[in-house]
Amino acid sequence: MIWSAVLLTAAGCFGFKAAGWAVPSTVLDRPALRKAATLLPAALLAALVITQVFAHGRSLTLDARVVSLGVGALCLWRRLPFLVVVLAAAGAAAAVRAL
Amino acid sequence: MRRSLSLGVAVGLYGASFGAAAVVAGFSVVQACAVSLLVFTGASQFALVSVLGAGGSVAAGVASAVLLGGRNGLYAVILKERIPVRGWRRVVAAQITIDESTAIATTSPPAWTHVGFWWTGLTVYVVWNLSTLVGAASASAVDPAAVGLDGAVGAAFLGLLWPRLREAWPVAVGGAVLALAAVPLTPPGVPVLVAGLAVLPALVRR
Repeated sequence: MIWSAVLLTAAGCFGFKAAGWAVPSTVLDRPALRKAATLLPAALLAALVITQVFAHGRSLTLDARVVSLGVGALCLWRRLPFLVVVLAAAGAAAAVRAL
Repeated sequence: MRRSLSLGVAVGLYGASFGAAAVVAGFSVVQACAVSLLVFTGASQFALVSVLGAGGSVAAGVASAVLLGGRNGLYAVILKERIPVRGWRRVVAAQITIDESTAIATTSPPAWTHVGFWWTGLTVYVVWNLSTLVGAASASAVDPAAVGLDGAVGAAFLGLLWPRLREAWPVAVGGAVLALAAVPLTPPGVPVLVAGLAVLPALVRR
């Protein structure tokens, strides 16, 4: 199951990359397409933050992951490097669970 | 070139967090490495393992990952204007068309666009795959919840979202609200796809 997901994702992601190199540049004249490609990641990433932090199956929960998110946001606001953000967030959840 | 090397190192470190996240989601070390080798676009890779790890279907995981990868197609169209590539090199160029290589290529002086793209793309490719292996192998040795890895993945998504917020915050807020509403109503993974609808108002409004 995981293998089929890996291969399908690889095919789809490479398909987009290769299509971009193959199509004529005039597709850029369509503002809707351009907008969709730039805005869609923001919507999907915001949803991934929500599901990764608050979802437990089909229910919404509050646990140590929320503290991680807060610490991560603080680090991002302080413009710390990505690795620091991730490590601090992991450390925060670990610390809350160890209490 | 120096800029692309230092970026390569930073991004590679983030590859280690992907390797760890993949193992936590139930991928084997080999599967985690295969994702980095074949998919090679960070946000999509994280989305795939996040959805499958939460018990989502293959269809939901693949769909969210591929939709996230759609922006690379736009990058390719922008890059082909400035970097003429022919034959088999085009396959390589396509695979290394990602956020980082595009950012460096499009912000380099025109004479350096070429160098910026290839150096950044290839450096990130090598380091990303090596660090995925290291991250995946070390995560197999620890208890992911005890070291807070699940929380770290949420923060990683926020880190990817962060630079987009200035321009796209209304869409991000819309996506977050839709996802919150969809979690109790739909199977894991589907809320992410529902959130994609948040771009519609911006597309309709001219």
